[in-house]
Amino acid sequence: MEDNKNRNKKDKSELFDILKNNVLNVKKETLQLHLLAPETRIASSLSCVEIFVVLFYGNILKYKPDDLQWEQRDRFIISKGHGAISLYPILADVGYFDRAELPKIGTKDSFLGGIPDPIIPGFETVNGSLGHGLGVACGIALGLRRKKCSESVFVLAGDGELSEGSVWEAVMFAGHNKLDNLVLIVDNNKIGMLDYCENINDLCPLVEKFKAFRWHAEEVDGHDIEKLYASLERLKNLRSSKPKMLVAQTIKGNGVSFLENDPLCHIRTLTKEEVSSAIKEIK
Amino acid sequence: MKTLKPTTMRDALIEQIYLGMKSDKKLFFVSADFGSPVLDKIRKEFSSNFINVGIAEQNLVNVVTGLALEGFVVYAYAIAPFLSMRAYEQIRTNLALLSQLKPVNVNLISVGAGISYDVSGPTHHCLEDIALMRLLPNIMVFSPSDWVLSEKFFKVTCDIAQPKYIRLDAKPLPAIYSLDEDIDFTKGFAKLKEGSDVCLISTGYMTHKALNIAEMSKKENINCSVIDIFMIKPLDLVALQKVLCKFKKIFVLEESFTGKGGLDSLVYNLIREANIVADVRAFGFKDEYVFELGSRTYLHEYCGLSDEVIMKAIKDTF
Repeated sequence: MEDNKNRNKKDKSELFDILKNNVLNVKKETLQLHLLAPETRIASSLSCVEIFVVLFYGNILKYKPDDLQWEQRDRFIISKGHGAISLYPILADVGYFDRAELPKIGTKDSFLGGIPDPIIPGFETVNGSLGHGLGVACGIALGLRRKKCSESVFVLAGDGELSEGSVWEAVMFAGHNKLDNLVLIVDNNKIGMLDYCENINDLCPLVEKFKAFRWHAEEVDGHDIEKLYASLERLKNLRSSKPKMLVAQTIKGNGVSFLENDPLCHIRTLTKEEVSSAIKEIK
Repeated sequence: MKTLKPTTMRDALIEQIYLGMKSDKKLFFVSADFGSPVLDKIRKEFSSNFINVGIAEQNLVNVVTGLALEGFVVYAYAIAPFLSMRAYEQIRTNLALLSQLKPVNVNLISVGAGISYDVSGPTHHCLEDIALMRLLPNIMVFSPSDWVLSEKFFKVTCDIAQPKYIRLDAKPLPAIYSLDEDIDFTKGFAKLKEGSDVCLISTGYMTHKALNIAEMSKKENINCSVIDIFMIKPLDLVALQKVLCKFKKIFVLEESFTGKGGLDSLVYNLIREANIVADVRAFGFKDEYVFELGSRTYLHEYCGLSDEVIMKAIKDTF
């Protein structure tokens, strides 16, 4: 018994080391992709790297890169399309497409655009327009429940995106219909395009708002791999007749000092020198 | 034995969906808090394949998209202006765009075409949807003139896995087609009357008017053909050109704004592309909303669309 416990602890600790290492690699690769395609949203893509890494490398999501319509896959809807460039290196690494596709980003030979579309293997829905992901995910969750499938639907949304009214139509719907196979992760990076979100539409306290709509809601440090892993693993398996949401407290432009805390970092395009300096900072 | 009495297009279609649900568990009906007598049977007997999203058309379209991605044949049911315009961007993003890449069998049942909700006023009139929906790639646009077409369209909804906008009149209307008739939905139109002097082209409710005007014109020794366009998109334009090229006088009748992308624009484009030389005139609504109250017949009179006014316009071309 004790042995098993120790082994599990050791396995977990090895897993976390791998995840942390992957986070560093993905951030560096994302910066390199931004250099090749300067129209990509780098700051927004850096706040959700840990979320992507835990989902894809932490055995949270069930997926089969060689079978995109595999019925037993967990569905993952990336509603904040603009900030999902950091998923490209992960999808390539786990086998959705060849790594050689990455450097082609934004060119005529590529399917990797500034904003991802479902022409990219691994993306389920159209994501460029904000506020759609949660509602579509509600339909998927309802469909899975009707088919008596046990798979989960994960949605990644940005906090800026929560100003879209359609999000709240879906929040109401999911709570009322007890969609407990649905997990919404809010990448709460606190900055929109022009300003801090609290200066635009302050949604604080967000967790309480979701609880009022009959959701199970909690928050976590979105850059702490161990805690993020623990939350996502628990939420995935939780079935309590409530949809589940996790506010991942994140920093926009995480890991790059000159992006962090710049309220206009969303629209920053980094120069070659800035990318080099940013990559040096990632550790 | 079904009698061909006036029936609503929605009840005719929903009855078929109800019958289909008895054997097909893939059919799913989603309403934006909008009902019909026949829908009550679905709500009662197939409650696990029915859901009411509430007065939330944006979420209606998003939820049905998700269901369709899970392989369901989905019917989304709401009032025409709100389904087509409140949720237009949801239709564009999740149906038009997505269905270019993946099969998405969503059938938008949009009730209240034209001014069929006459006394409810301009918020409930829908004079824009033909233009708006035919603008979007990958969406079929069905605009029946009677409940027989609407009933027969059920089979198309099951057979073709792509988004469809189904534009239905809200009022019970008499049958134009017969139940034993084979409808060519690929062709998308039917010639209901043969006459060589004038061609009346219409869709939806206006086809009833066109038939009436064709009768009136006989007394004036003018023979009118009546073409009912029930598939706005896709439509067999080559076949339609072949019909239209025989006419020198073409009248387009629709409960839509004219000159802004509706049926008249479709006909004008077709005629130009086919180099047909003809006098084409469009009868529909001018560029303003109708706040005037009254019956549909009165509103048509008020807006210069009475049978008599159209008849006179036809006569004046001779």
